[in-house]
Amino acid sequence: MPTLSEAESKRVLAQAGVPVLDERVVATAEAAADAADELGYPVVAKLCGDAIAHKTERGLVRLRLGDRAAVQNAAAELLAAARPEDGDVGVLVAPMVSGNRELIAGLHADEQFGMTIMLGVGGILAEAVKDVTFRLVPIGRVDAEEMLDDLQMQALLGPFRGEAAVDRELLIAVLLGLSKAAQDDPSIVSADVNPLIVTADGAPVAVDALVEVR
Amino acid sequence: MSDPRFKALFDPKGVIVAGASSHPAKFGFVTLHNILANGYEGKVFATNREGESVLGIQTVPSVNDLPKGEADLVFVCTPASFNLDLLRECAANGVRAAFLTSAGYGEAGEEGKRMEDELVALAEELGILLCGPNGQGVVSTPSKLCAQIVAPYPPPGRIGIASQSGNFVSSFLNFAVQTGVGVSRAVSAGNAAMTTVPDYLDFYADDPETAVGLAYVEGIRDGRAFFDRVRSVAERKPLVLLKGGASAYGQRAAASHTGALAADDTVFTGMCRQAGITRAATVEEAYEAAATFATQPLPRGNRVVVMTTAGGWGVVTADALAKTSLELTPLPADLQAEIDTKLPPRWSRNNPVDLAAGETRDTIPELLDLITAHPDVDAVIYLGLGIQSNQARMMRRGRYYPDHGLERIVAYHERQDARFAEAAAAASTTYDKPVLTATELAVADPENAGPAAVRASGRLCYASSNRAVTALDHLWRYAQWRGRRGLD
Repeated sequence: MPTLSEAESKRVLAQAGVPVLDERVVATAEAAADAADELGYPVVAKLCGDAIAHKTERGLVRLRLGDRAAVQNAAAELLAAARPEDGDVGVLVAPMVSGNRELIAGLHADEQFGMTIMLGVGGILAEAVKDVTFRLVPIGRVDAEEMLDDLQMQALLGPFRGEAAVDRELLIAVLLGLSKAAQDDPSIVSADVNPLIVTADGAPVAVDALVEVR
Repeated sequence: MSDPRFKALFDPKGVIVAGASSHPAKFGFVTLHNILANGYEGKVFATNREGESVLGIQTVPSVNDLPKGEADLVFVCTPASFNLDLLRECAANGVRAAFLTSAGYGEAGEEGKRMEDELVALAEELGILLCGPNGQGVVSTPSKLCAQIVAPYPPPGRIGIASQSGNFVSSFLNFAVQTGVGVSRAVSAGNAAMTTVPDYLDFYADDPETAVGLAYVEGIRDGRAFFDRVRSVAERKPLVLLKGGASAYGQRAAASHTGALAADDTVFTGMCRQAGITRAATVEEAYEAAATFATQPLPRGNRVVVMTTAGGWGVVTADALAKTSLELTPLPADLQAEIDTKLPPRWSRNNPVDLAAGETRDTIPELLDLITAHPDVDAVIYLGLGIQSNQARMMRRGRYYPDHGLERIVAYHERQDARFAEAAAAASTTYDKPVLTATELAVADPENAGPAAVRASGRLCYASSNRAVTALDHLWRYAQWRGRRGLD
């Protein structure tokens, strides 16, 4: 099934209320540098296109770009790395978000129960740790709150290594937004908000998103 | 408003056993035996091709030979090929519900499936509630009905059982016999050709004889419909679920991380939490959760006090509480001061309340009342019941009994343990809070005066404090689920 580009995925989810980063998609290295000037440094640049699903594996993500020159160089390299099968591509420029905690949220069409929504502990160990919880779409606010309580690693949701406790309201907004997106758009087959980085002030931020449609 | 035909299934005015047999190993004999032997007070009829007399019942060759309108339930033991005609005759005779134990239907391949569809279509046309086929039967204690091909017949109670597996009905009924916490209705759904486990649960949700549903399910045909049905049940009554085959069904090679994480039964687990279902991991946990819902009030909070006559039990119980949503609450200062007046100073002066063998004749009933009454305590777990009666048993069986004052002390100990059990039940009733009593004597020596008195009070004596904690945790989780959704 086709996937939407990162920017389009985020647009679909943002429309339903999922808080996503303020970010720009541009066509040239010069425009990428201008976008970075507007957003403030450091930024991250990624090659973005409908047919590109696994950016990290292909080295299409550049992190911690600290000035205009770095952005320009990175964007030029990313555009040069595009392959014909990637189709239309652009460079996505976004503020560099960092935090010690990563969560994951998403939508999944279960054969038995239909569309489900998930919240879990993210990061590279996510599939080994499997600290996840599911509900059937649609969910209400109470269901979203209970999903937060379901996670085994509750310590991650509290104050953590000098960082603030997770902003529960924002996290609930992510879940309610995902649920609404699935309800509003029946063509959505799955969605990943991964990683959902928790910043030092506790705000969960959808740094990457991938929506699969039928 | 539930389907009135369930009344015919669970509280029939008369029952026909179709295919009664004079051979005591045949289902047609066993069913008739079980109905007659357990005190069913309605009329009992039976059919048999030869018109033999079975267990004192004069059978007739056909339902057409029976008086009209005197039976509203038929229990079918005849081979599948006879059953279409049988259903027609039964409908003409006034039967509203049919339980089919007959095999050879959907479980037996394509031809069987075709016959099952035919059976359902006919039942729908005739307006008969069709239960089974290929099920073990139905039990209903308000009507003293034991229409099943297996034992046991449970004590009366308030647990309503519905199962996709007949053997799990028997397992639950065996627990009912063992624990004394009884059952209102029990039914094995068999192939569930027309009537499914959620249909029975939906009836239980509005059934005044039933306080809690207890279900075993394996395959679920339409997950979304199942979710809607069971959530509606849980909104009306607690529902305990044991799920078989909880492994990776329907997991496709997923493009998404979310899909990869939807493995095993995480989706089913989440569905249960969303629907307010109490999901149990094992058969005994399922029964004990249901028994607790049936016999204890829902807690209004999670603050638990553990009262024990010996330290170690309290420590282990505190450990068990730490793994749950329950809280081993700090002992309120005023409660501690009051307990100080009842015990010598060596008691724990904290929660768990360890009496450290400082109790005298009336201390335990007084403390159970005092602790349960306290507004900052939501539930109590009482440990140490039956110790003295255990010694009394040794004395009673020893060669010195009844001399040397043994008769008197044995009677005293047994009276005391019975009093303690009654005090726990009374405190629970008076203050409308759960008070759970746990001792391994419940299974090691069920005749011990302590556990015996817990049973007599209608409650469950938990075989370990861990099991009491697990059951209480289920109650609190359900109470929270209700509370957060404004259900009361």
